Amino acid sequence: MTIYSDIQETIRMLDKEKLDIRTITMGISLLDCFTDDINITVKKIYDKIYAYSSKLVDTGEDIAKEYGIPIINKRIAVTPIALAAFSKAEDYIKIASTLDKCANDVGVNFIGGYSALVHKDITKSEHAFLDSIPKALKVTKRVCSSVNVGSTKAGINLDAIKLIGSTIKQIAFETKDEDSIGCAKFVVFANAVEDNPFMAGAFHGVGEGEAVINVGVSGPGTIKAAIEKCKGEPINEICEMIKRTAFKITRAGQLVGNEASKRLGVPFGILDLSLAPTPEIGDSVALILEEMGLEKCGAHGTTAALALLTDAVKKGGIMASSYVGGLSGAFIPVSEDAEMIACVNCGALSFDKLEAMTSVCSVGLDMIAVPGDTPDTTISAIIADEASIGVINNKTTAVRIIPVYGKKLGDIVKFGGLLGEAPIMKLNDYSSKNFINRGGRIPAPVHSFKN
Amino acid sequence: MKAVITVIGKDKTGIIYKVSKVLYESDVNIDDISQTVMQDYFTMIMLVSSAETINVNELKKKFSELEDEGLSIQVQKTEIFDIMHKI
Repeated sequence: MTIYSDIQETIRMLDKEKLDIRTITMGISLLDCFTDDINITVKKIYDKIYAYSSKLVDTGEDIAKEYGIPIINKRIAVTPIALAAFSKAEDYIKIASTLDKCANDVGVNFIGGYSALVHKDITKSEHAFLDSIPKALKVTKRVCSSVNVGSTKAGINLDAIKLIGSTIKQIAFETKDEDSIGCAKFVVFANAVEDNPFMAGAFHGVGEGEAVINVGVSGPGTIKAAIEKCKGEPINEICEMIKRTAFKITRAGQLVGNEASKRLGVPFGILDLSLAPTPEIGDSVALILEEMGLEKCGAHGTTAALALLTDAVKKGGIMASSYVGGLSGAFIPVSEDAEMIACVNCGALSFDKLEAMTSVCSVGLDMIAVPGDTPDTTISAIIADEASIGVINNKTTAVRIIPVYGKKLGDIVKFGGLLGEAPIMKLNDYSSKNFINRGGRIPAPVHSFKN
Repeated sequence: MKAVITVIGKDKTGIIYKVSKVLYESDVNIDDISQTVMQDYFTMIMLVSSAETINVNELKKKFSELEDEGLSIQVQKTEIFDIMHKI
């Protein structure tokens, strides 16, 4: 029988420490929907997504009620749309609108997979697809887009990175009336994973089956509360505490994943245990790092603290779930973490420190607002830096950066909801233009002689 | 089929009576109760079971009247507690 202290601990985690299941994401393969006729293709896409996911939202809500654990988001990820191989950008935009309508009709808040994998080279149809992204993000509300520009096996496609620097500026321009919010729905990856349930980077990889349920669990508040009990203890005690807490959180996610899979008749894929902050007070990754003993997130020692956090979370989570996948670790999206915003505002946390932190966090430079007049090539260079960290270290890295149209250093952008608000951050003003304009491909790195 | 019911609220007469009345009417058995009053706040955890599947949503609806009186009542299937604390 469950003992009462265990019950109380679980209830405290749920009530006070904001433990939640961040997302149930259904991956759906669209490979059998892609035909050479755009009208037939969009109809097939709509019908297939609707058939699989029409009960997703209701099922998620039922499970949340029965177990008393909040399930914040229900989402869909589809096969990378660039694989539809159309030759005109307008055709891709039709697909984007179809995805948007379908997401709206089944009631999910985001649908991911408006994506392309161009880590080695770009095909003609992928060029058309990349051209379509700014408009697609303008005319849709719920579609999320991503592009993979590098991998440890293939190297880094600098031509693609050069192109995407200006794509991001165009997205910022197309959505200028809403503080360039389109950029918040666009991620550039290196070593993208095929089963990530978190937006904006979720897509259903080509190695996946017809449909799958992936679950993303969060809970920075729970980890922070656990560390609070370790005042004055050596750092290894903190690692142990994080592992034990991550184990419990992951088990809750596993239960929800299994239930959702059973009720929807779709296999369970993976559980992604990622500490994902929200703008709510206390739901912050920066506060975990500060609880370990840093005065402010961004102080010297932050990278070490984040590294041990990410590692301990993975260690605890891996034993608790039959399949751990996705990105699993800690996210550091600036605008979505109230304490991180405060650290930027007080000068403790700089762009360069964030870049260093991404070498040990689970993703990368996330939700960072920069001046609207940042040159395209500077954005490309930021992506190239970040992709290099991922490719050399054999990990996933990503960039979700927002050059907010018309805003300059010192301004604050309010996106609202889960996306939070962001101070415009200072970048290095010196030019990277001639480096980026070379184009070409950075070869895959050597995997021996690691120093 | 088992569930955990937690009741939190300002202490007053008849809380246990009212909660157990709803359970009796729903044919749900009380297996165990742990109850304390902490700083005027009544907190109770009940382990309950039923031969039939407990309809958590149905029970919650019946408790909503008590919630209007200022009590917070949670009904959760036990699996969530078991899975988080046992290997």
